[in-house]
Amino acid sequence: MIKPDRIVSTTCPYCGVGCNLMLHVKDDHIFKVTSPFDAPVNQGNLCVKGRFGYDYVYHPKRVTTPLVRRYLLEGKPKPEGREQVFAVSKDGQPIAHSQISSLWDWVEADWDTALDLVVDNFSRIYKRDGSDAMSVYCCAKATNEDNYLLQKMFRAIFRTNNVDHCTRLCHAGSVVALQQATGSSAMSNTASQVTQNDVFIVTGSNTSENHPIIALQMKEAVQKHGAKMIVVDPRRIDLVDMAELWLPLKPGTNVPVFTAMAYVIVEENLVNHDFIDDRTEGYTEFLSTLETFTPEYAEEISGVPAEDIRKAARLYANAKNGAIYWGMGISQLSHGTASALALINLAFLTGHIGREGTGLNPLRGQNNVQGASDMGSMPFHYPGYMRVDNEENAAKWERAWNIEAGGLSRKLGLTTTEILGHAHEGGIRALYIMGENPMMSEPNLNETRKHMQQLEFLVSQDIFINESGAFADVFLPATPFAEKDGTFSNTDRRVQRVRAAHPPRGHARPDWQIICDIAKRLESKLGLDSAYWDYSHPEQVLREMGNVNSDYAGITYDRIDKVGLIYPVPTMEHPGTPTLFKESFPRGRGKFHPLDYIPVREEADDEYPFILTTGRLLEHWHGGTMTRHSALNEAYPEARVEIHPADAEIHGIRNGDPVKVKSRRGELVVRATVTEKTTVGVVFLPWHFHEAAANLLTNDALDPQAKIPEFKACAVQVFSARESDLAHPDVVVNRGRY
Amino acid sequence: MTDTLTLMIDGQEVTAEQGKTLLEVAREMGKDIPTICFHEATTANALCRICVVEVEGQRVLQPACVVKAGAGMKVQTRSEKVIRARRTILEMLQSTMDLSEAPEIQKMMADYGADVNRFPDAQRRESEVIDDNPMYVRDYSKCLLCWRCVQVCADDVQYTFAINFDGRGFETQIGTFFDKAIPETSCVLCGQCVGVCPTGALKPKREFLLEKGMSAQEINVLNTGRKQRKQK
Repeated sequence: MIKPDRIVSTTCPYCGVGCNLMLHVKDDHIFKVTSPFDAPVNQGNLCVKGRFGYDYVYHPKRVTTPLVRRYLLEGKPKPEGREQVFAVSKDGQPIAHSQISSLWDWVEADWDTALDLVVDNFSRIYKRDGSDAMSVYCCAKATNEDNYLLQKMFRAIFRTNNVDHCTRLCHAGSVVALQQATGSSAMSNTASQVTQNDVFIVTGSNTSENHPIIALQMKEAVQKHGAKMIVVDPRRIDLVDMAELWLPLKPGTNVPVFTAMAYVIVEENLVNHDFIDDRTEGYTEFLSTLETFTPEYAEEISGVPAEDIRKAARLYANAKNGAIYWGMGISQLSHGTASALALINLAFLTGHIGREGTGLNPLRGQNNVQGASDMGSMPFHYPGYMRVDNEENAAKWERAWNIEAGGLSRKLGLTTTEILGHAHEGGIRALYIMGENPMMSEPNLNETRKHMQQLEFLVSQDIFINESGAFADVFLPATPFAEKDGTFSNTDRRVQRVRAAHPPRGHARPDWQIICDIAKRLESKLGLDSAYWDYSHPEQVLREMGNVNSDYAGITYDRIDKVGLIYPVPTMEHPGTPTLFKESFPRGRGKFHPLDYIPVREEADDEYPFILTTGRLLEHWHGGTMTRHSALNEAYPEARVEIHPADAEIHGIRNGDPVKVKSRRGELVVRATVTEKTTVGVVFLPWHFHEAAANLLTNDALDPQAKIPEFKACAVQVFSARESDLAHPDVVVNRGRY
Repeated sequence: MTDTLTLMIDGQEVTAEQGKTLLEVAREMGKDIPTICFHEATTANALCRICVVEVEGQRVLQPACVVKAGAGMKVQTRSEKVIRARRTILEMLQSTMDLSEAPEIQKMMADYGADVNRFPDAQRRESEVIDDNPMYVRDYSKCLLCWRCVQVCADDVQYTFAINFDGRGFETQIGTFFDKAIPETSCVLCGQCVGVCPTGALKPKREFLLEKGMSAQEINVLNTGRKQRKQK
């Protein structure tokens, strides 16, 4: 038995559930993770990532020394042909890549050298091309404090709103829809309230794999509290086993299915008239557009039997407490906003909102995507969702950051996908990436690659050189969750502590310290008054933000020492707000939105007969920077494409056969899993694997309002390939549960 | 208002809520009743019997973790009969299994004066360490069959049903269906089982390797290789 030197309480760095972890540390190494059985979020339960997936912290490929390209050190002009080069060996040492140009070699540097190179090049580009040339990706994995500081640096020093992060790629559609209809943009209720539902809808969310602990609570609700679950998903996900109804819709047909449910609710007079009269607006206009959406019409488009749509509508409308939980299957569409609005309309029709055990609940993906959004890591908002084009808001932050009146930019910034799309002469020239990995997470990666090559100067602040960091000019080694202090805000809006288990490895530094160091150097180089960066502890950062953002006004590290607080927490005495909209919506009345059916941008046709939908696996996380450097990768080492047995038979594909999947934008080779988990005509790929990156295939069509790309549907061909076409023919996943 | 009832525990009158177990009522009074298989997060099954108490009028000792407090009950939590039973249970456990990583049970042995050599000829339940997945190892020489791992894997928490009792009588052991390796079962590697194991029979792989004397550095290198290469 190993006796730990200390046990450190912190918050899980993976999904938005925000489980409480106890890190058992011996000789500055975590050797075990447990969770207290009275933890309010997860009651002691963890998933494979939370309990075992911390080992990437110690992976030999982790970079713990600043790296700069040789051309910078030698003061030479940047060589032609920026290429993606992973120039770090197994033991973390930089490798020369002279076949490209030795000027592109990574060279180890001290912090002063690396930071001065960042400052010199960023200020040179800023002075030459101005604010519009500067851009930053904040990070939904990093702490609230890290994110607040990074957006502050770009807004206060470079005067740009070209600030975004991966929320754009996950729930942007939901955020915009909720803003339009309610004026808020988070889950209305906490996830653990699912046990108080008597009927709930899970749609576009493979909860068992992506929010495993919430899935346990859903199963508990069904098995122990008698709740009825309706799953609306093109895949026969694990939860279907316990569902009352499964509506297997074609990808991207949410609007007709959910609006047909609204049609049935109105037709059978199951509407909550009191709620509609007292709390909403736009009902009459909504009604007038409803008549085309008969269940039969929805069946024709979605493939879901009309009778099942009727049953689902009756179940939800007749519930005492009905709730909706949704994931990327709703938002990652070129009509993601409309898709989320269809759900919101249902909640307004039935009044299933504003009480415990009800609500509109977008399950947030990352550990801190809620927090990073709250911190203003978005191009249209300051911290606290304060619009940047509002004079009053700008003035508040100008005062907070010691900036002359009118100094902050009032212009809406570019979104994640737009930032790279504008990477060219006269557009975006400099990009600072903290923790994100666009070369895995953007749609249509072949196009993204061209954009990355167009950047004049790229800084990567990360723990590994990932697919995007490989394009960088300077690499700044930051710290993972186990080596820094701060806070994460989970999908429940619960702000929880993150605590360092041990000092940073090597020369790595916590993100917030790196940012403050650069900001001070930039201010001195550019001769600016200081916006203030002399924090001695991250708590001071959270307090500075809370002074202006009233949601966080009452949150101190002291108050969240044990269990966290659910914002809004407007005062130091306030106990937190688990359930939103009890009395009213932030915008006043909830607004119904009439909707049209807009098909996905690329439908299946004779040439590309399958619809590809993408998603995640239990054992992996997003672009794989963490989990591919973990024992988790041994548990699931290869990408597989799921194909329905009926389709497989027609195309002569057997389970385990190598197949080529090809879209109009790219192609890849993986093994096939022949399974009824997917539906006829639909194939599924996880997007974690760089050797078969699903986003080579996906469509970069954007939702016009939310600018979220259509990851969930594009047309592909699938045909047999050779073993030798596989990236690693000798790696075969062997798991019983798939 | 919850209904209450009155009973006597160790000669002391106590008023308790209807539906509470003797263990809950006694612990609220500050009584020290030892438990081994009982866990706050799992359904109590009265398997290990260490929590037995003497209830007047009952022929045999009663497991406090499942027996509900009843009106007028007279309960002894530390009678001679109770102490002898607990001591014997501990001696039987000690004689057949490896308790080296169960400090709480070792402490109970000391508290109850258990004799480690009470059953010198007992056959020990010994088995090889099963190291068949990247996340945790299973050493059933240390397993006392408390059932917690099976329960959290089933409908107490996870609804995964990857493990259950296997074999009968002395041969009973926790196992997978058809004795499959963990990755080939329905297991989702959540490790809830590891989290509730009281004796170190289930252990995170990293902790196991460190104990075997591997350095953290050596373990780190393990994960960089593609060890799981298997034929189709």
